[in-house]
Amino acid sequence: MVEFMLPANSKVAAGKTHQAPAGSKQVRRFKIYRYDPDAGANPRLDTFEVDLDKCGPMVLDALIKIKNEVDATLTFRRSCREGVCGSCAFNIDGTNTLACTKPIADIKGDVRIYPLPHMPVIKDLVADLSVPYAQYASIKPWLQAETPPPSSERLQSPEERAKLDGLWECILCFCCQTSCPSYWWNGDRYLGPAVLLQAQRWLADSRDEASGERLDEIDDPYRLYRCHTIMNCTSTCPKGLNPGQAIGAIKEAIFKRS
Amino acid sequence: MPKGSRPLSPHLQVYRPQITSVLSILHRFTGIALAFGALLLAYWLTSAAYGPEEFARAQRFLASWFGQLVLLGMTFALFYHLANGIRHLAWDAGYGYELPALRMSGWAVVVASVVLTTITWVAAFWRLVVA
Repeated sequence: MVEFMLPANSKVAAGKTHQAPAGSKQVRRFKIYRYDPDAGANPRLDTFEVDLDKCGPMVLDALIKIKNEVDATLTFRRSCREGVCGSCAFNIDGTNTLACTKPIADIKGDVRIYPLPHMPVIKDLVADLSVPYAQYASIKPWLQAETPPPSSERLQSPEERAKLDGLWECILCFCCQTSCPSYWWNGDRYLGPAVLLQAQRWLADSRDEASGERLDEIDDPYRLYRCHTIMNCTSTCPKGLNPGQAIGAIKEAIFKRS
Repeated sequence: MPKGSRPLSPHLQVYRPQITSVLSILHRFTGIALAFGALLLAYWLTSAAYGPEEFARAQRFLASWFGQLVLLGMTFALFYHLANGIRHLAWDAGYGYELPALRMSGWAVVVASVVLTTITWVAAFWRLVVA
């Protein structure tokens, strides 16, 4: 449902400021969303001053430095630090992206970091992703085929394989999913750009034989057609993929078979 | 810990407005405005059916500064919704999804609706002055 304002328990209060050590020359302020489930208080926005001369180039480097040196309770997901695991997806400087591939130098002024938008917050920058994961499972993201498996692999021509380019690279960071206003308002029923891009990944696979059933499942006013081609998804994807186009391809496939 | 007590992360409050989302919400706003514009058009037409006095009153209202402001807004809403509607048709046909194309077509729609609105009003006033 459309709810433009944050609920009372979600309003962000002013937080603490941690100053940079004396003598720091290149100081940047990181304003970071904090929420402690055990404190019984509203979320707050803490300010951390970081000396960039003693920090790596990426936003994730700053987060790790803060956690190591200033406040060990700062909580966030991270793993690969090279843009392939999709863990450190946050709202950084107003758009969703991966902290590990976002250079601090690209951001003007204070660096604002929030959890992925319009999601329940477990702690600090950790959003509860159980709904998108369940939606992902609902599209059956695996190969479905009636044909008995051949003695070796199921073969594809290079042309058939090329149809998966721009789809298989998705790392399920859900940057696009949580950038979509339509997903904000109808996330309980609309599958969202990340999940629909995955649906297209299996629809486009020449080895998959369940296209008809897949389209039957998705052809729904909410699951698919809450996409209004806003295109925040494509605009924000840290991997340069195009979920909006993938959704367009699904709509076209449904139109063509009717 | 019950799930319902978890706070909701900020969304509209923190997400940077950009050409994608701004033009999309403008499309919806202009669509709503045009629905009211249709009522205004119906009022103008029925006023003529009610006779010369009613029609003159409708004309007076539409020619007032407020009426003209509304009509100017309607003109822009019409051209914006039309131009962006064509953009939507292109998407439905499978074209224009790449980021550079998306930004270019977006700005083209903005420029086109401003230019068409200006041409319409200049032409209308030109006829008034000449006539």
